[in-house]
Amino acid sequence: MVIGLEVHCELKTATKLFCGCPNMFGDEPNTNVCPNCLGLPGSLPVLNQRAVELAMAIGTALHCDIRASTFHRKNYFYPDQAKDYQISQYDEPLNVDGHLDLPDGFRVGIERAHMEEDTGKTTHAGTSGRIHGADYSLVDYNRSGVPLVEIVSRPDMRTADQARAYVTELRAILVASGASDGKMEEGSMRVDANVSVRPGPDDPFGTRCEIKNLNSVRSLGRAIEYEAERQIALLESGERVVQQTRHWDEGAGRTQALRSKEDAYDYRYFLEPDLVPLVPDAEWIRAVADTLGMMPAERRARLTELLDEGGGATRSQLLQVATVVELRLDDLVVEAVAAGVPSALALARTANEAATDADAARALDPKSYVELLTLEANGSLSATQAKAVLAELFVLGGGDPAAIARDKGFEAMSEDSLAATVGEAVAAHPDEWARFCEGDDKLAGFFTMLVMKATRGQANGKAVAAELRRLKG
Amino acid sequence: MAEPARLTREDVAHVASLARLHLTEDELDLYTQQLAEVLDHAADVASLDLAGVAPTAHAMAVTNVLRTDEPHPCLDRDEVLAQAPSVEDHRFRVPRILGEAP
Amino acid sequence: MTGPRPALETAAMVRAGEEQAVDVLEHHLAVIDAGEESIHAFNLVTIELARTQARAVDATVTAGGDPGPLAGVPVALKDNMCTRGVPTTCSSRILDGWLPPYDATVVTRLTEAGALLIGKTNMDEFAMGSSTESSAFGTTRNPHDTTRVPGGSSGGSAAAVAAGFAPLAIGSDTGGSIRQPAALCGVVGMKPTYGTVSRYGLVAFASSLDQIGPFATSVADAALLFDVIGGHDPLDSTSLNRPTPRVLSVLDDGVDGMTVGVLAELLEGAAPDVVARVSEAAEALAAAGARVEEISVPEVRLGLSAYYLIAPGEASSNLARYDGVRYGLRVDAEDTVAMNTATRSVGFGPEVKRRIMLGTYVLSAGYMDAYYNQALRVRTRIIEGFAAAYTRCDVLLGPTAPTTAFAIGAKVDDPLTMYLSDVCTIPSNLAGHPAISVPFGPGDDGLPVGVQVLGPALSEGTLFQVAAVVESAAPHLASPRITTGAPV
Ligand SMILES: [Mg+2]
Ligand SMILES: [Zn+2]
Repeated sequence: MVIGLEVHCELKTATKLFCGCPNMFGDEPNTNVCPNCLGLPGSLPVLNQRAVELAMAIGTALHCDIRASTFHRKNYFYPDQAKDYQISQYDEPLNVDGHLDLPDGFRVGIERAHMEEDTGKTTHAGTSGRIHGADYSLVDYNRSGVPLVEIVSRPDMRTADQARAYVTELRAILVASGASDGKMEEGSMRVDANVSVRPGPDDPFGTRCEIKNLNSVRSLGRAIEYEAERQIALLESGERVVQQTRHWDEGAGRTQALRSKEDAYDYRYFLEPDLVPLVPDAEWIRAVADTLGMMPAERRARLTELLDEGGGATRSQLLQVATVVELRLDDLVVEAVAAGVPSALALARTANEAATDADAARALDPKSYVELLTLEANGSLSATQAKAVLAELFVLGGGDPAAIARDKGFEAMSEDSLAATVGEAVAAHPDEWARFCEGDDKLAGFFTMLVMKATRGQANGKAVAAELRRLKG
Repeated sequence: MAEPARLTREDVAHVASLARLHLTEDELDLYTQQLAEVLDHAADVASLDLAGVAPTAHAMAVTNVLRTDEPHPCLDRDEVLAQAPSVEDHRFRVPRILGEAP
Repeated sequence: MTGPRPALETAAMVRAGEEQAVDVLEHHLAVIDAGEESIHAFNLVTIELARTQARAVDATVTAGGDPGPLAGVPVALKDNMCTRGVPTTCSSRILDGWLPPYDATVVTRLTEAGALLIGKTNMDEFAMGSSTESSAFGTTRNPHDTTRVPGGSSGGSAAAVAAGFAPLAIGSDTGGSIRQPAALCGVVGMKPTYGTVSRYGLVAFASSLDQIGPFATSVADAALLFDVIGGHDPLDSTSLNRPTPRVLSVLDDGVDGMTVGVLAELLEGAAPDVVARVSEAAEALAAAGARVEEISVPEVRLGLSAYYLIAPGEASSNLARYDGVRYGLRVDAEDTVAMNTATRSVGFGPEVKRRIMLGTYVLSAGYMDAYYNQALRVRTRIIEGFAAAYTRCDVLLGPTAPTTAFAIGAKVDDPLTMYLSDVCTIPSNLAGHPAISVPFGPGDDGLPVGVQVLGPALSEGTLFQVAAVVESAAPHLASPRITTGAPV
């Protein structure tokens, strides 16, 4: 199976691409409109600088070449399109030849990421709310002219999982770059998938079909799997796949033909005479790149390095890293580790507990979060106690973890039982103990972790270290 | 450059449908003849060898015309909708749409 | 003096409080009343709007303020420029009933300068034509001979000025639509450098060629009007963000030491009496101190063909929006495609349909490169040809139109012949250059001949200087009989 994805992403600007109307979702119909976005005679487009910079930010984040570009008119009649043409970048797009690395390291090529305007929104009146069977339709032009970047991948993906991972990662990049809110359910990110199959890995690719209306990562995966099976079934029964545009019906769980290649529309693309070329110079490109924050891949690498210092990341920890970065909680982990909290503990607490309410966690003063983890790490609080305090912090929207712990009556465990637990750990791992005694200080962390595990996090980290030193002599 | 094939009646019917124009049979004949005449006159241009000449779409070389991302006032909705042939529920009403956008 | 009073003089008197704007207006309304029936220059005379503006100008003067350089001067506006709340039709049925919710930049500038917007003038439908006969609202007649066309597409504006309905008018020029009717009606008409006058609010015909410009009875009045409407506008991305040449102040600087090239290619298809007038104008310039030589720019011969591929191509896209959904005419039908088709088939006249189809064809798959892109390459060659000529000459000289005004109906059934009326004016549009048409006496038939001065981009100052010298040497041309108004 071969998959290429086209993702339309609405840019988070204050105004539209070619006019000063607010770029706002959910307002009263036809209130955010002007001569330009209604296609009134005599109206003219003027390009939004912020939209250009967000598009350049996307290009930078996707490792594209950012180049001199032009705008074309794509001509076709449709009632939601006010001018009956769409202004879009055609043969000279702003961003070309980039790539996106999936968390597992698989690289997907990016063919282009170009700017274009959105259409208005059509509601179909009548029985079904769908276009078919509607008696008539109503058009709202609030969305007309909203800035979009269309990101076209190369047909590099081979499984539905890769497609899912691509969209998930792309969304994270779009959010991280500040270009988009990435809300698929509100339509601010829309995905079309091109799918084709081939009998074996060395055979040429078959005819492709384009699937539209994929408005969640889940639909995307289901649609691709359905479509691949449909095409394989056709080929196995001796029929051929017809190049088509197909619609994903989420309820029915299948794709349906919209139109075939034979009806290919003649868009009569030509250079938009009302706009001039967009020629970003090196200085502008650099300035945009400088404002770009860390991308998800960098954030994951940063956490993985922290784990490396603690002895290397396990498979489940890599998943935790992905979760933490996806939820944009990775700064909490980094700060906690900087304050002396073991990386494994910081990561686990963040991926498992903080992640249950990521919004609340992001809203928290990082200091109180780090303090809480420190209390747990040094044994003042057990794991269970720490989780309870965190829940309370979320409810209160912040506070002093030590005070909350006192209010809850949590106390640290006794020194006698600690010494006994440390002794058991040492006895169970004579080889490691010998190396520790020969000066391999890193093994202190190993024994601390064993003790923490045995005491379910109730031990005081500092007390453990002191006990280890005492035993070593 | 090779000269393109002569314009046919079918070509005119095809562009009329692309342009959402209905032509009677007589109009189709008349326009085929008239447009072919204009295109014949343009043969002087079509037959030139201009390989290597860059096309000029804008006579004045201007680049990077941008505006700041600041909202401006929108039109009054009542004034806008008063111009529409048909309105319902503050939206522009159109008859049945038979297919998705191409 | 004979003929209408100059706008410069009227504005000076109104600003000085020596004359009331309302009186200037009523005089012109009376002239319109007497002559409009035989000319049909207007689609709409905006009496109430102009009266309101006149009262405001007078109030400003009374209060000691300055109402601006066009104080109390009536200006007729081609009916393809948006006027808020006032019908803007492009002389097409498809814009039936449309009231724009906004003003074109040129309208705002005129109003701020104290002008009185006296009416919306008739034109070829969507500015597609050279005779004003393709208007959905009937033909405008040439004030010099009402059996003749006024030229086009800004025929109503040219005729309004020639007939004394307004001292000034605004037109738009895509392939000669200001200069050719100016020549045929015996008035001054000028197309500025592309990007000099904002197109915001000008209903597009061919966006890369369209440019708004002035009509007046004299070169000086045209300069006054150009100075008001020119200048950068952030609402038009193709508006030039650089100092616009001011022309009124350099008008009398003469042509001493300039080199004027008589452009051979423009004389090729012109009638002998028209060629003779151009030669006389060249002699007058030589007498005034210019060096005159003949010059050839062979690429200019390709202009007409290139234009009739580029302009319809852009137009076919610009006119797609008239679909019956948001404004203007709708012809009801079962489904949206049928509604679009019925609306456009009823709403557009034959010339507009012809150009939409031609434009759709030259942009369509398989023909785009042979026609449209090839025409854009020719455009490059024309620009290069002009550039070479302007290394030797300051300006070029030629006829504005090949003949004087032709009879109404003479060319309507033969589009190609009609298109040839623009052969002398089109090259300047393709190059984005300014050009001005100055009346230069009558042809053999007694009808006006226009001499055209062409210059490189942003050479408006030079252009007006040359035009002023040409004007001062022009043979006498009888005033149109229709002009009944004496100076107030
Ligand atoms: Mg697109
Ligand atoms: Zn708008």
